[in-house]
Amino acid sequence: MRHLLSTADLDARSAIALLDTATEMAATSGREQRKLPALRGKAVVNVFYEDSTRTRVSFEAAAKRLSADVITFSAKGSSVSKGESLKDTALTLEAIGADAVVVRHPSAGAAYRLASCGWIDAAVINAGDGQHEHPTQALIDAFTIRRHLAPGAPDLQGVRVAIVGDVLHSRVARSNVWLLSTLGAAVTLVAPPTLLPIGIDDWPCEVSFDLDPILGSLDAVMMLRVQAERMAGAFFPSPREYSRRYGLDAVRLRSLPEGALVMHPGPMNRGLEISAEAADGARSVIVEQVSNGVAVRMAVLFHLLTGRGTAPEGHHP
Amino acid sequence: MTPVLTADDMSRALTRLAHELVEANGGSDGLVLLGIPTRGVPLAHRLAAAIGGFSAPAPAVGSLDITMYRDDLDRVPTRVPAPTDIPVPVTDRVVVLVDDVLFSGRTVRAALDALRDIGRPSAVRLAVLVDRGHRQLPIRPDHVGRNLPTSLAQRVRVRLVETDGVDGVDITGADPATGPHPVRVGA
Repeated sequence: MRHLLSTADLDARSAIALLDTATEMAATSGREQRKLPALRGKAVVNVFYEDSTRTRVSFEAAAKRLSADVITFSAKGSSVSKGESLKDTALTLEAIGADAVVVRHPSAGAAYRLASCGWIDAAVINAGDGQHEHPTQALIDAFTIRRHLAPGAPDLQGVRVAIVGDVLHSRVARSNVWLLSTLGAAVTLVAPPTLLPIGIDDWPCEVSFDLDPILGSLDAVMMLRVQAERMAGAFFPSPREYSRRYGLDAVRLRSLPEGALVMHPGPMNRGLEISAEAADGARSVIVEQVSNGVAVRMAVLFHLLTGRGTAPEGHHP
Repeated sequence: MTPVLTADDMSRALTRLAHELVEANGGSDGLVLLGIPTRGVPLAHRLAAAIGGFSAPAPAVGSLDITMYRDDLDRVPTRVPAPTDIPVPVTDRVVVLVDDVLFSGRTVRAALDALRDIGRPSAVRLAVLVDRGHRQLPIRPDHVGRNLPTSLAQRVRVRLVETDGVDGVDITGADPATGPHPVRVGA
């Protein structure tokens, strides 16, 4: 595996290999010495053109736990804010000798551009490109679901997941649809018609405009953040109406089956798409999603930066 | 495919190794057996059970995966690490690393590196089912089930009931002792 740009590029075997590796990475976090030497001497450069604390810090922690050297470029206070193009930034990265570039950018396709342009030799990890994809978040979500709902199984065969909210603008939703269905889960997207993309009939998932009828048959429900910009954009009549029809409030929380997971990629708008009871309740794995982030990103870095870009093997003989 | 150890041979070798381990340690107290995945793990469990049979209680047994400590990560396809299970703290205890085949020694070296990040054993010993020679590092086993001189062209195949359904050790490939040999002209 040379780059991680989209979860649509991961077949089941590769996805399972990443999740299995993440399981072992998570197991090392209980040790006194939590660093592993596997990426010693490798340089991982974070290039964040969009603000992010959670994802950036998670990638930094993951790289450092593998003994890699980490350098972070963020858009503010760098030459990007002076108008430097992606290409020139890339040439700078190549000159520094980056082995991996973790990139978050407001334009869809930015990670693909870096990976395929020939400007850099490094492995490229997409940390979110516009509204297009956020593959490591999907891996974290799949990992979290598997840990709770299918702990002995390799994949998510038969697990029923609903992703609820602003699918149209959500890179997390897209990455999750491809990955969860590759892993055998049954995915349903729930949103008002105004927040669903055109062409969604071709996606490997069901679609519903109504949340209540399906709640009783779900194993996991993933709430998406309602982005502030959308609230004034005529996508729905008012935040209150959105919250009434699509918010995970206490009543809906009670309709979920016993043991169903409540998930949210963060940051949350408490009281809008998710109530405090849901976010803080016993079924919420939202905090765990964050801590699983480091283990999952360690697995991604390990698989991209070792093995010279060959396909990963399974467990050794 | 030439068989070199039958299931019975293997069983006798393991029994002897179990006794050797206890003899070297002056009893079974303080021993921790860590098998190196994949086949070192069931072997470690068999040794622990055998020791428990004549010198109860059986020692603690677990596994130590070395994938993250390999020295060839850039040259071989990336593998998924197997579980590491350290049953008791290793500091100040005697750790016995258990593996099926000792060859270049690089796996054992990686295991020592991995162990260092886990604790500080008072001693580390190495028990292997088969030593096939060709060391690339100054590493030597303490307990060997069978010494098996091999050529680099040969492959040693260890099968265990727990992983392969049957017990046995075979060798494949050209044997330097029996040919094919170059023809001696005029002899």
